[in-house]
Amino acid sequence: MYDVEEIRHDFPILEREVNGKPLVYLDNAATSQNPRQVIQTLTDYYERHNANVHRGVHRLAEEATVAYEDSRERVARFLGAPDSRGLIFTRGTTESINLVAHAWGRKNLREGDEVVLTEAEHHSNLVPWQLAARETGARLRFMPILDDGTLDMEEAERLIGPRTKLVSVIHASNVLGTINPVERLAELGRRAGALMLVDGAQSGPHLPVDIKALGCDFFACSGHKMLGPTGVGVLWGKPELLEQMDPFLGGGEMIREVHLDHSTWNDLPYKFEAGTMNIAQAIGLGAAVDYLDELGMENIREHEKQLGAYAYRRLSKIENLVLYGPDEDRTGLVSFSLPDVHPHDLSQLMDEEGIAIRSGHHCCQPLMRRLGVAATARASFYLYNTEEEVDALVEALVRAREFFGAFVR
Amino acid sequence: MSMMRELYTQVIMDHYQRPRNRGELENADIEEHLLNPLCGDEVTVYAAFDGDRVADVKFGGRGCSISQASASMMTERLMGKSREEAEKEISGFKAMMVGEKEFPEMDDLAALKGVIQYPSRIKCATLAWTAFRQGLQIESRE
Repeated sequence: MYDVEEIRHDFPILEREVNGKPLVYLDNAATSQNPRQVIQTLTDYYERHNANVHRGVHRLAEEATVAYEDSRERVARFLGAPDSRGLIFTRGTTESINLVAHAWGRKNLREGDEVVLTEAEHHSNLVPWQLAARETGARLRFMPILDDGTLDMEEAERLIGPRTKLVSVIHASNVLGTINPVERLAELGRRAGALMLVDGAQSGPHLPVDIKALGCDFFACSGHKMLGPTGVGVLWGKPELLEQMDPFLGGGEMIREVHLDHSTWNDLPYKFEAGTMNIAQAIGLGAAVDYLDELGMENIREHEKQLGAYAYRRLSKIENLVLYGPDEDRTGLVSFSLPDVHPHDLSQLMDEEGIAIRSGHHCCQPLMRRLGVAATARASFYLYNTEEEVDALVEALVRAREFFGAFVR
Repeated sequence: MSMMRELYTQVIMDHYQRPRNRGELENADIEEHLLNPLCGDEVTVYAAFDGDRVADVKFGGRGCSISQASASMMTERLMGKSREEAEKEISGFKAMMVGEKEFPEMDDLAALKGVIQYPSRIKCATLAWTAFRQGLQIESRE
């Protein structure tokens, strides 16, 4: 196990104060903070190696290309991808899923085909499929969630059938903290002859992920949620599938031969990396996964599991506070609401005390409807959060309720 | 929580806890539903006219203290106004919320002044007003 107090020194932003109080950053499911090692990698790149990749034959271009490709190898290894040829850099999870919806979905979906999702998808794994379905005539089906926030597997088994062409599922819910049984779903999909996409935006940063073991065909995640910079994410796809797919964006780098009336495509993964990529950010992501590797994803998971359980326990003792999601086997985030205090007001009052939490629909409007709420508050933890920070949150919540309660006569 | 006292004033909390004109209107001339896509808050504004005057106005929906209090204040403010006066009130309020116009003293609206310091909350305060304006525009087209 690592020493949390010690590694906190790696994150310069954690020394910041907000409203005269030490920053308590509990919005990691939205974006995580960067360790010095990642920030330094970006600075080094811009100060010493900045060049376009795969193009020049000069020294800087060589160095930038090596660093960029080296990062691809490290990210592929980190995610347990069998092959780095299938590891495509994108702008983030949203772009990764859109890539599949465009390049695979529009080519392969037909009228009568079904894409099976859950009721708890982030808009990024719902809207791209709505668009693809509208264009192809395919139909979206939704696996329901049970009242405890877990997936209704009986319904899942019923829904995944001969019409299913793709099962696309959020691995860990950004609202409920539920970890979905994606291995089992991939197996159900395989038996039905369907492909499986795993939205790993909330699992890549927090759980040991082994793409080989998941048995999925596509895996998507975002760099900025796993200590990396914004603007870079990943799509891993089975190379044989990616090869059959049409390109997503056309332009430089993704081509082999261009004529005035037609072109041929570059090899994987470059076929899907049109134009100049976010090179510095992709290299920064390599530094981020190195950092995660050094701490060990098993250790990070254990830390967050304990912290999440501690938060769940302490929050559940606050009178009338409603907690969402399963009470065990969850990631390190908690969604909650207090009667009489709107989540927006709650996060405003938390901000006053230097505590950053999220409030709103968390880009999951259908799930909010399922839960029967307009919005929830959410505290999401990462490897650098402490029990003292959970205590600060709990105490601030109690004060917030007193503050609002004082107006009720 | 000293800064909070500036934002969550007694007046705001009073309108939030005891909203004026909350409810629905049947056969309203204006019935406009608006969603704040940032947070999922929603408001429905109803108004009935007697000639050119707002004879009754109500609001429904759910939202934070700022959006609910502001909607409540709006109903008080627009009651009895002509369409043109209502339009002017809305423009005036929106100008106040972006710092282009002074808040009226000795008026409940002044309680919303603190919201300006929190740009992410300005949309909460203007939600019902925007819905009313949309309703006016739709009504004038019909």
